Amino acid sequence: MDSITLIAVTSIVVAGVTTGFGTMGPALAEGRAVATALTALAQQPDASATITRTLFVGLAMIESTAIYCFVVSMILLFANPFWNAAAVAVHAAAK
Amino acid sequence: MNLTPDQTVYWQYGVVKLDATIVFTWVLMAVLVGGSALVARGLRHGLKLSRWQCVLEILVTGLTQQIAEVGLREPAKYIAFLGTLFLFVAASALSTIVPGFAAPTSSLSTTVALAVCVFVAVPLFGIAAQGLRGYLHSYLEPTAIMLPFNLISEASRTLALAVRLFGNMMSGAMIVGILLTITPFLFPVVMTALGLLTGMVQAYIFSILAAVYIAAATRPGTDGAGPSDTNPPGKTPWTASPSSP
Repeated sequence: MDSITLIAVTSIVVAGVTTGFGTMGPALAEGRAVATALTALAQQPDASATITRTLFVGLAMIESTAIYCFVVSMILLFANPFWNAAAVAVHAAAK
Repeated sequence: MNLTPDQTVYWQYGVVKLDATIVFTWVLMAVLVGGSALVARGLRHGLKLSRWQCVLEILVTGLTQQIAEVGLREPAKYIAFLGTLFLFVAASALSTIVPGFAAPTSSLSTTVALAVCVFVAVPLFGIAAQGLRGYLHSYLEPTAIMLPFNLISEASRTLALAVRLFGNMMSGAMIVGILLTITPFLFPVVMTALGLLTGMVQAYIFSILAAVYIAAATRPGTDGAGPSDTNPPGKTPWTASPSSP
C-alpha cells in the first residue's frame, strides 16, 4: 500500500471512530440532563422559565463536546493536511 | 464538497482574496444596519407605533432583560456589544434559509474574529468597571496558585466559543448536504428546520456566555450567577444546587 492509500484508510476509519465514540458521552450526558430537568419541572412548574433556559444552555454546552469531535472528523475527511501533503509529494515525484 | 464558505473565491488579486465569507458578512451587515436605520428614521412616541418599531423595541427590551438576568447591573452599558453579537449570529443563522446563501458563521475565520472580540472586550469592561489593579487581582482569586489556571481558562474559553459556533453552523449545512445525496426530498427540510433552531440557540449561548464572562470580570468576589462552562473552581452554580426532598 502506498502512503496515500494508507492515509485515506486511516482517516476514514478514525473519522468514523471519532464521531462514534465522541457522541456516546454527550448522548448519555444529555439524557441525564433532560431527565433531571423534567424531574425539576414536575416538582416546580413555577420555575419552568428558568429551568428551560438553563437546560437549553447546558444542552448546547454538552453538545459542543460532540461537535468538537464532529469538527475533527470533518477535517479528517474533507480538509486532511496529511492527505494534501502526500498528494503534493506524489505529484512532485511524478514530474 | 466545500467545508466552509472560505473556499468559494469570487475574486483574487495576489494575496487579496474576496471569498464568500466576506461577501456574505457584508451583505448581512448592510441588511442589519440599513434595516434598523430605515426603521429608526421614523421613530415615534405615543400609542400608535409602526410595526417595525415594535419589532425593534421588542428586540432591545428583550436583550436588555436577558443581560440584566445574567447579572450585569447596568445593561445599557453592554447592550451595544452583546446585542450586536447576538443579532449578527442570529441573523447569519436565519440567513441559511435563503438559497445560495451560506452563513458567514460557518467559517472558522468569522467565529474566531467574534471570539477574539469577546476576548478583548472582557478585560476592557473589567478594567473600566474596577480599575486595572482590581481587574488584575481577579486573576489571583481565590489564591495566587490559581493564576496559571485562570490564564488557561481565559484562552480555552475563547477557543471553545469559536469552535462551538463554527462546528454547530458548519455541521448544519454539512448534514443537509450529505442528506441531499441520500434522501433527497423530505428529510433535509426537517434537518434544515433543526439547523435553524440550533442556530438560534447558539446565538443565544454565544451572547449569554459573553455576558457571563463580562459579568465575572466586572464583579469580583461575588458569583457570576449564570451558566458558564469554565467556572473558576469553587464557583459552580449548577452542581451546588441542593437536591430537593
